[in-house]
Amino acid sequence: MDGLLLEANQYRLLRDGAWVTLQILGLAFVLGVVLSLVVGVGRLSERRWVRGIALVYVEFFRGISSIVLLFIVAIAIPILLGVSQASILMLGSLALGANMGGYGAEIVRGSIQAIPKGQSEASIALNLSNTQRLRYVVLPQALRIILPPFGNLTIEILKGTALVSLVGLADITQAGNFIRQQQLFGDAGTDRTILFLNILVIYFVLAQIINGLFRLAEWRLEKRFSGGEHLTPLDLPEATK
Amino acid sequence: MTTAFDANQVQPPKPWYRRGDVLTVLIAFALGYAFLLFGVDESTRFRTRLNPDPDLTFDWMYFWHMVPLMWRGLLATVKATVYGFTIAIFLGLVFALLRRSKLRPVSWPTAFVIEFIRSTPILVQLYFLHALIRTWDWYSPATITILAIGLGIHYATYCSEAYRAGINSVDKGQWEASTALNLGPVSKWTKVILPQAIPNVLPALGNYLVAAMKDAPLGIAVNATGILFFANAIRGGDFRAVEPYMLMGVGFLIASLPAAWLVRRLERKITYERT
Repeated sequence: MDGLLLEANQYRLLRDGAWVTLQILGLAFVLGVVLSLVVGVGRLSERRWVRGIALVYVEFFRGISSIVLLFIVAIAIPILLGVSQASILMLGSLALGANMGGYGAEIVRGSIQAIPKGQSEASIALNLSNTQRLRYVVLPQALRIILPPFGNLTIEILKGTALVSLVGLADITQAGNFIRQQQLFGDAGTDRTILFLNILVIYFVLAQIINGLFRLAEWRLEKRFSGGEHLTPLDLPEATK
Repeated sequence: MTTAFDANQVQPPKPWYRRGDVLTVLIAFALGYAFLLFGVDESTRFRTRLNPDPDLTFDWMYFWHMVPLMWRGLLATVKATVYGFTIAIFLGLVFALLRRSKLRPVSWPTAFVIEFIRSTPILVQLYFLHALIRTWDWYSPATITILAIGLGIHYATYCSEAYRAGINSVDKGQWEASTALNLGPVSKWTKVILPQAIPNVLPALGNYLVAAMKDAPLGIAVNATGILFFANAIRGGDFRAVEPYMLMGVGFLIASLPAAWLVRRLERKITYERT
């Protein structure tokens, strides 16, 4: 068992890398969720040009590979536009988040379409505005359908964060490369296979944590939808207080 | 449209080898395969013949003259994808069958391996595979083969999930009927279950093929040539980053959008024939 572990200072490097990975994951996730909602709703807009823009967005970001996008956003565009390349962390998260938005938008669109039409008709009958209909009626119900595929998508983004090591960010994978180089120049350390196996296990654990968080969110949501105990008229004054 | 049943008008379904639409696809596949096998230049030398204008941030002449180089990189990427996915299709079926096994010592480790490979990045898997293969004395494959093996193993886990869903979608009566007809396990699977499960799985497999192509540029992790290798080589040689990376993006979209469109057409066709 001892042969499968790394040294303490190497784990320290990997821990610092994990922190960078989590930062990118967080930023990309927030951006991805916002973009998925906006574009997903835009795909179903009544206005033709909004639908058109949303469709082009989805086709572009689903068609292009995240690694190609990352190189374009993090390296080519800053040079082309003369922007400083200082915050490559932001640029990397931007690329990953935009990519996630493309996939998420299709999930959001599918789930909104899966909501029975009667719900929209009822909200029109109740004279709710478009925004109210979306905010209070459609999206809360769509959320139940959205959550499980979004969990998978988030794990895909976690896997995608490994790519930022190729544009020079010090995430877990890059920490692994760094340790490998140290070993090349220093005395023979741990085997490279063991090193990358350890990194794979770290990613696996992170993915399982994300999975667990989404399961928890699904469970809480189901509980909210199934409602509490049935109220009798006697309980009403107590419950509405 | 007559309401009466007329036996002369009902045509028996043609076997697959006499259907024009199926044959065209198969022949196109075979030709494409042969081309990828023999017609792809796998050399890792990417040299430009033109010096970019240093005053321009985007030199169009330089951009256009790199197109043949980009095409070479793209073909290598497609080759690795196709070979990798060939591995994935078969290995995925093996994974799916092992996962269904009634023996828990077989099915549980398989489930764990599938989950492990699915939730870890393919980039790190490629580093791992590269390090592992280089420790072996008896086998030293070309870098593009390592990339294909890595892609194959990664996407086999995705394919196995698709197969599992397809096998589960076969009606329960079909299983019972094959038991009632006393079919052995081999003829049950090859004659009854799989022919019904595979068509349902095809669209999902097609989507994974497109996804595999998006991961194939990662071959640079094992020094395999490809479209990203091309762009990085130009950047290293000429110190120009904008044009090669933009060209890479354009080339990639040219390859992946039609592929995605074909998959969608296949999906529609299959749902149409099934219902």
